[in-house]
Amino acid sequence: MTWAALLGLAAAAYAMKAIGPVALGRRQLPPAVLETLGMLSIPLLAALVAVQTFGGANRLVVAARVRAMAVAAVLVWRRAPFPVVLAAAAVTAALLRL
Amino acid sequence: MSAERRPLTRRAAAIGGATGVYGVSFGVLSVAAGLSVAQTCAMSLLVFTGASQFAVGGVLSAGGSVSAALAPALLLAARNGVYGLSLVPILRGRLGRRALESQLIIDESTAMARAQPDPASARLAFLATGISVFICWNLGTLLGAAAGSSLGDPRRLGLDAMFPAAFLALLAPQLRRPGAPAAALSGAAIALMLVPLAPAGVPILAASLGVVPGLWWAHRRAPREAPET
Repeated sequence: MTWAALLGLAAAAYAMKAIGPVALGRRQLPPAVLETLGMLSIPLLAALVAVQTFGGANRLVVAARVRAMAVAAVLVWRRAPFPVVLAAAAVTAALLRL
Repeated sequence: MSAERRPLTRRAAAIGGATGVYGVSFGVLSVAAGLSVAQTCAMSLLVFTGASQFAVGGVLSAGGSVSAALAPALLLAARNGVYGLSLVPILRGRLGRRALESQLIIDESTAMARAQPDPASARLAFLATGISVFICWNLGTLLGAAAGSSLGDPRRLGLDAMFPAAFLALLAPQLRRPGAPAAALSGAAIALMLVPLAPAGVPILAASLGVVPGLWWAHRRAPREAPET
């Protein structure tokens, strides 16, 4: 990760936040555009879950991470606090690799 | 401070404390993904939107290129644009002030503002939550990055398994929206099918097409739910 890439990401992320309050003022985007942008994070996060769970280098693998995720999924479903979910996933994966 | 405002600021402080713990997790993971402590802290200060920051670390640690890591981070940041548009009625100060306040537009500050009955308390809720989360998120990141750089091999400690767990915990509360399960399942399916075929990062990007079945599902059910919206 270079500093240029990091600052570019920061600038783009800020520009998106500021579009409404700074640039658009009272004008509004069409509701269909808002709805689509608002839903975008759902398939992206789901894809990140799937790829990070099964993804090896250009192939799918079933390894320690899959079982760690099963533990994490149960904890998320039981509404465990965020740090507990993460720690349980890490400990499960670490123990399976011993 | 009036009595009715006190619970609001107390809730803002509690939300800040909770995100501080996310911040520690982000610091640990970002350093494990190969970013320096300074870059990790700069990201929390300047990018300041959790899901995008986790996405960068996740794709980089899975072997993806920087551009492959930036694309999903930017798409995840797009929802802040929607939040910003919905906050226009309560962010009404001078330009310089609005420009500063824009950096505080995130999931938590927007949700707290939207839960208030009038513009004045919405504005207070937005600022209190935004500032509290900003301080705690950055302190947490610094702590996590400092601790993470002395931890050793991230894989042996199972830290790589924390990324998908973090994304799942971020996703779960959003699944109650109409069409969200369809969008999530399609996104995951698209990404998994592309993993063997495409370079790292591309499967995540392509998964954004999951909004199409998600929107279709939401609108298929729309007539029955129309009176609520």
